[in-house]
Amino acid sequence: MVTTGLGATLVRAGRRLLSSLPALFGVLVFTFLLMRVLPGDPAVFFASGPNAGKEEIEQIRKQMGLDKSVPEQLVFYLSDIGHGNLGRSMMTGQPVLKDLRERLPASLELTFTALLIALIAAVPLGVLAALRPGSIIDHGVRLFCALGVCVPTFVSGLLLIYVFYYLFGLAPDPTGRIDVFTSLPPQRTGFLSIDFLLAGDFEGWWAACRQLILPAVSMALFVIAPLARITRASMLVSLGSDFVRTARSVGLSWRKVVVTYALRNAILPVITIAGIVFSTMLGANVLVEKVFSWPGVASYALDALLSSDYAPVQGFVLLMASLFVLVNLVVDICYGIADPRVSIE
Amino acid sequence: MSEDLLRIDDLHVAFSTRRGMVEAVRGVTLTVKAGEMLGLVGESGSGKSVTGFATTRLLDAAGRVTGGKILFRGQDVTKLRGDDLRQLQGAAMSMIFQNPRAALNPIRAIGLQIADAILTHKRISKEAARAEALDLLRAVQIRDPEARMNAYPHELSGGMCQRVMIAIAISCNPALLIADEPTTGLDVTTQKVVMDLLADIAAARGMATILITHDLGLAARYCRRIAVMERGRIVEEASPGILFGAPQHAYTRRLVAASPTATSRIQDLVTEEERERYATVVSKPRQEPAHGTPPLLEVRKLAKRFDQGPAAVADFSMTIAGGESVGLVGESGSGKSTTSRMICRLIDPSEGDIVFDGQSIGHVAARDFHRSPLRKDIQMVFQDPNESLNPRFTAFDCIAHPLMRLDGMRSGEGLRKRVEECAERVGLPLDLLPRFPHQLSGGQKARVGIARAIASRPRLLVLDEPTAALDVSVQAVVLQLLDRLRRENDIALLFVSHDLNVVRMLCDRTIVLRNGGIVEQGESRALFDNPKTDYTRKLVEAIPHIETGPTLAAAL
Repeated sequence: MVTTGLGATLVRAGRRLLSSLPALFGVLVFTFLLMRVLPGDPAVFFASGPNAGKEEIEQIRKQMGLDKSVPEQLVFYLSDIGHGNLGRSMMTGQPVLKDLRERLPASLELTFTALLIALIAAVPLGVLAALRPGSIIDHGVRLFCALGVCVPTFVSGLLLIYVFYYLFGLAPDPTGRIDVFTSLPPQRTGFLSIDFLLAGDFEGWWAACRQLILPAVSMALFVIAPLARITRASMLVSLGSDFVRTARSVGLSWRKVVVTYALRNAILPVITIAGIVFSTMLGANVLVEKVFSWPGVASYALDALLSSDYAPVQGFVLLMASLFVLVNLVVDICYGIADPRVSIE
Repeated sequence: MSEDLLRIDDLHVAFSTRRGMVEAVRGVTLTVKAGEMLGLVGESGSGKSVTGFATTRLLDAAGRVTGGKILFRGQDVTKLRGDDLRQLQGAAMSMIFQNPRAALNPIRAIGLQIADAILTHKRISKEAARAEALDLLRAVQIRDPEARMNAYPHELSGGMCQRVMIAIAISCNPALLIADEPTTGLDVTTQKVVMDLLADIAAARGMATILITHDLGLAARYCRRIAVMERGRIVEEASPGILFGAPQHAYTRRLVAASPTATSRIQDLVTEEERERYATVVSKPRQEPAHGTPPLLEVRKLAKRFDQGPAAVADFSMTIAGGESVGLVGESGSGKSTTSRMICRLIDPSEGDIVFDGQSIGHVAARDFHRSPLRKDIQMVFQDPNESLNPRFTAFDCIAHPLMRLDGMRSGEGLRKRVEECAERVGLPLDLLPRFPHQLSGGQKARVGIARAIASRPRLLVLDEPTAALDVSVQAVVLQLLDRLRRENDIALLFVSHDLNVVRMLCDRTIVLRNGGIVEQGESRALFDNPKTDYTRKLVEAIPHIETGPTLAAAL
């Protein structure tokens, strides 16, 4: 069946969303059960102190609904989710939804920037390596990628802080998204760099970008390797393909051959990998968030996990799962736009 | 000589490989005059394509011109650099490639691809280039060209893609066109249409053409002069009449003999020495089965539908007697492969029944048929000898596998004997048995595939284009082998092929398929000599023949 155009893409996207609902539900139940199985009693943790009496703990437990059986708790939990209520965090005392909504933009901004930096670095590196396989450039790129993967993000993060903040003083104090003296712009997107621009506050924008750059680079370094390697591999295939030979046979310019013919075909698998990398980064950037005191969702979830605070962890996992579905969907749509063959099913 | 458009002088091309430098072209000298069509024929590895790529400067990184000159209008092509080279490519000479679909950018609309070529050499606006591209699509006779401008290669048939490729190649009116196997892989009827188009365009625009092909018949039909290449050298160059009537070089003689024609017989395909073993078999008269013997295979009203689409095969009935050979011919998409796969019980028919030796097997699910005792009676030989052998299995393992699975043999002396016996029967030297497929030649791989199929001593062998990927000289040997096996062991053959000349030689009866239905069937020779339907006549007429007889006498 040949279907083309926007309608088909939307239909495909909708079908994809529907088919991911069971998986999301599974994630929900699994996380819920996992949290109940893990050792640690939140009631003890949140009691007034180590000397809290039995009655006090019991009361907190009742207040949290932990005295009921696990299936009963699950039913309550699911019905809450159905009403859009992710529960309340014991740590912050705020609804989890509010916490996540406050912190998600910070994580997204960091991850997007890191991915952008990684792509801007990785694609040209991969293309360069593919144009001269076996050359010094190729080996240089390989070495750079290997180093990027070998060094853990918290090490490279600390290294960057040491060099750019401590030694040269180029970077600002590496704590948080913005220094305390800058007044925040009115919140629109939650992305500080964009909000400052919308507010016309370029000084604030520059301050936010300066805060952003080090954590983003240390995250990017870690994912340049897979992106550059896949670019190189698919570019090699592309350059050796018959249609590139055709392009050369009619004398197209070097630029046209490499960019329009080879790279546009080679970029297809890179889109897929970039989607996977993005999802992984979003969840795994907790180390970078910790090192740079970045108020993101990952460090929030880690803190909650350490203090047996059920609701934020469950909310975080649900958020990650939904984002994963969404990212895959976006990748799928991008792929459909970039490759006309995909619309044939 | 100033009138030569292209003059290749003692060309040497070498490729650097893991085993050092390998010379692919060793001293080729030839000339092409403006407007003429030269045929460059030879088998795979003869260096004919490499010569073409060297001329258009498209050798891949590993290949290098190590000696000689390629003079195009007096200018040495091998020394051109940068912009000078790009002005030559496309504008003065261009190329058409073997696999048209792969040769086009899969994610760029064909109109844009043609316009790309135009814009490279002409300083005109994008709109003007688009208009020219549209004119070119008309020139290559693509129906509904306005709509096709925005089509992508995967939306077009192979023949259509090759027309687009021709449009790109002629977009800047080059003086020389090099067509590298332009119709290999296309149906005979499509081949004729595309080649006629190419010849007409070349004649109308006064383009010189080099037609690189392995098909002597094709070269003979379209070229006034043919050069034969063997192992990097040109061994003979003459007009088709002389070349096929009185070939001088031993290699040309072998090649001409191996090319099937309308009148050739299987025993004619190879030279004297190789013929002996075969001759003793073929001379034995085949005993006719007693009257009233039930057929080995009977297919009744077979049909196959894939999903919602129209029937791929409908109402297909046939019979094969023991030891009989039946050909199944038709264009791609006619349902011949689907039919053969249903008979092999690799896919399930939607309707109808298949009766083998009195037992109905049509209703045994394809996925369970490997447990049936009849599995070893029906075996298959596949089209591509490279793809159909497990790359991690040695030739021995390949042949032993069906014996272990179907005959329940265990590894040991008995198995080794059976495998060696099979290898011997297909003429595969025993010292090749420990080798892996990539260490074997195409012909050797084909033999392994046949040995594997006959290992379990089947009574019906289904062959899906078994020689399509082979050179003619190898094909000749394989055809003889198949015919000998049939006669020696009374194996019935169902031979699926698009090559009518081969079917005519090998098969007693032929069935012509079109769009999933039988168009015509009957005794092979009668069917081809006197086709009853237009479709069969079109198929037969589309085969390029090597002209013999009166025309040859005239040429001499």
